[in-house]
Amino acid sequence: MTDILEAHASLVARILDGEGWAPRSQRKAAYDNAGLKEPLDAFVDKIATHCSDITDGDFNGLRAAGLTEDQVFEIAVCSAVGQAARQYQRALRALEAAAQEDR
Amino acid sequence: MRLSVLDKAHSLRTKAVFAAIRIFSGHPVVDAVKLVSYRPDFYGEPMKRLTHEAMRGPSAWSVGDRELMAAVISAANGTGFCVKAHSAVAVRAYGDSHKVSATLADLEAAPLSSALRATLRMLDKLTREHEVSVDDMRTLLAEGVSREQIQDALAVCLAFNITDRLADAFSFAIPGPAAFEAGAKFLLTRGYR
Repeated sequence: MTDILEAHASLVARILDGEGWAPRSQRKAAYDNAGLKEPLDAFVDKIATHCSDITDGDFNGLRAAGLTEDQVFEIAVCSAVGQAARQYQRALRALEAAAQEDR
Repeated sequence: MRLSVLDKAHSLRTKAVFAAIRIFSGHPVVDAVKLVSYRPDFYGEPMKRLTHEAMRGPSAWSVGDRELMAAVISAANGTGFCVKAHSAVAVRAYGDSHKVSATLADLEAAPLSSALRATLRMLDKLTREHEVSVDDMRTLLAEGVSREQIQDALAVCLAFNITDRLADAFSFAIPGPAAFEAGAKFLLTRGYR
């Protein structure tokens, strides 16, 4: 079977703990989709829960709030990786529970 | 592309590579490549390693199966670029365009094994609803899908629920079919590294 454990852990460690233009606390909040203020809060929640609804206006709002493009890039990446990871972990837990019953 | 840095702020070396791609392939560099090539130490390189392992690492699922999973996940997210890109790879991997188009049109009627159909159903639900239940996994195991196969399918789902979100957020441009064909040939030969 495939083994993504190390690659996934490396990705998460790099985007959350490594150097970046956005503060680490902001990157972690984007990853968790929790604890951000507007306009970042709405932007991050859109990426996590209804990404196809993102518009140019969302990006313009972030620029108007003083965020640089590099900060927006990092925050978007952290949000996407965080939401995908939560879905992945939930599914693995469901699989683990079902497989335990199977034994 | 909604961030100009992803279009224009790559390193000089990367810009030279892009120029070579344009000359030798005859196609523009697609936005997915621009994304993973911008500040690659932050996102592109670790993400390429993750995606390559999920899509090309050892698995009971074939490359075609995993590319079809990527297309179905992307369809659930409504991410047009990724649906087209990974449908094209799946068609090439299977050597069967009907199987891919039929799956995207109607999963329940498509000519698939019961194990793959049940797995795609689970991935579609996980992507749309952001979770699946223990019952969903019981059903999948009862269909004869092994625990390892489910874990491998979830790895594909992880990778494409990241990529799709960023494709939508940054608004990847959708090129013509010839560019997707060229991309599919490359991804089938070289993978995601």
